[in-house]
Amino acid sequence: MPVVSRGFRGRRRQPGAGLVPPGQYLVDDFPVLSAGPTPDVALKDWDLTVVDESGAVAARWDWGEFRELPAEEVTVDIHCVTKWSKLGTRWQGVSVDTILGGIDTAAEFAVAFSDGGYTTNLPLADVLDGQAWVAYRFEDEDLEPEHGGPARLLVPHLYFWKSAKWVRGLRLTSEDEPGFWESVGYHNYGDPWREQRYWGD
Amino acid sequence: MDTSLDGNAAAGALGDLFSFDVTMAVSTCASCGDGRPVAELRAYMDAPGLVLRCASCGAAQLRLVRSGDRAWLDLRGMQVLEVHGATSAA
Amino acid sequence: MRWLVATIAETVPETIRTVTLRLDVPDWPSHRAGQHVDVRLTAEDGYSAQRSYSIASPPGSERLELTVERIDDGEVSPYLTTEADVGDQFELRGPIGGWFVWDGTDTAPVLLVGGGSGVVPLRAILRHHAASGSTAAMHLVYSARTLADVIYRRELDALAGPWRALTLTLTRESAPDWAGHRGRVDAGLLAEVAWPPSVGPHCYVCGPTAFVEAVADALVGLGHEPGRIRTERFGPTGG
Repeated sequence: MPVVSRGFRGRRRQPGAGLVPPGQYLVDDFPVLSAGPTPDVALKDWDLTVVDESGAVAARWDWGEFRELPAEEVTVDIHCVTKWSKLGTRWQGVSVDTILGGIDTAAEFAVAFSDGGYTTNLPLADVLDGQAWVAYRFEDEDLEPEHGGPARLLVPHLYFWKSAKWVRGLRLTSEDEPGFWESVGYHNYGDPWREQRYWGD
Repeated sequence: MDTSLDGNAAAGALGDLFSFDVTMAVSTCASCGDGRPVAELRAYMDAPGLVLRCASCGAAQLRLVRSGDRAWLDLRGMQVLEVHGATSAA
Repeated sequence: MRWLVATIAETVPETIRTVTLRLDVPDWPSHRAGQHVDVRLTAEDGYSAQRSYSIASPPGSERLELTVERIDDGEVSPYLTTEADVGDQFELRGPIGGWFVWDGTDTAPVLLVGGGSGVVPLRAILRHHAASGSTAAMHLVYSARTLADVIYRRELDALAGPWRALTLTLTRESAPDWAGHRGRVDAGLLAEVAWPPSVGPHCYVCGPTAFVEAVADALVGLGHEPGRIRTERFGPTGG
């Protein structure tokens, strides 16, 4: 055990009790973790695309069209692999069921891709059936750029690195393609309740 | 807003993996060919892992994830790393 | 690089927000002016936090010194500046970084530009310059909010001489009798007080990220060679 510094307590985090997955702490703030600069995209240049497994663009919405899609307000718990959790966070967004509805595909996987090059992979089944949204409002305000605005993926049942900030689309794939973090040590699936943080967990 | 630091700030974290000061080595970006000391790359230290990005084109040159005594290092973003002064084993 | 145990031998308040910790670190290898250390604090329940701090002391000084600025909602700096006392311990590893260093082997003039706590590694460089008897011309341009926020004020005045110049600029000083520069370090101030690009000075810029980027851009805009500019960003809050 490293040398203990007398009197140091750190930012006091309360270990969760029953409501948070193993190894997590509750936080009051909303930490910002970024693997790159915050992209600066004008809404007039923004679009959301679905690419199917043949590489064809199966669907596309510009910002105006996207905001006309039926949206939901959801309250969910979010868990970051760096051990912080926030319970009861409120978001507004379009369900991925809506985004993928009407698309004919045999793909079993999806890769979410973002401005700045970030990617994350998920089984297609994990973004359907009310489990995922493309969210653009957080706690009654437009999603701030540092938290992924104008829109981010929201997949609360997995560690939050899967909720890709600055999302610009979903690419449907027949094979699983590990994304930005999954290809360098982070767990391919990322279930917080089984503490699937790293390869081999 | 950009929270990046200079690659020099990552020297401590990288010092555990390399037997030489990798921040003084010169990397060539696999995306755009820009060559400069690793100390001048843009370091993102807040992420779930460490990312060093090309100061010219922004492509991720180095990604490091650590968990206890395991570490994963991806250098695909570096075409080549030129090192001076690393002592040879012979 | 392994973690060493540092014991606080002395705490020296520098300004209302900064404290210098003078440390005993057995097995400390020597370091170079401009390098930094990683500091790790561990609580009794095993929770730990880590931050980087520039080394404030030059090579060869009796004790390793760190000057820490208290960030109000910070996690580590409030402990180091208000709670930690003589005899307390923490871990550090280093020295780290071969890039932002000045050894004095080159006799070219050196321009040091520091914003707020960015002056810390520059002070190590200045003290090393003095201790080594270097005759390379060295000029520190230091930006602080008010006179009371100037770290190492008396020491910097004492270090000034034929080969070490100091330009101080204050951004929020209200006292009317301050006769020095006012305002940020910008191209105008640099053009006025620093060497022209033709001299080819080595430039070291340190401080909050926004400060470093503005100054580096200004230097390049004035014609200084980008390859001769070394930067140490302290992050958005300035470390």
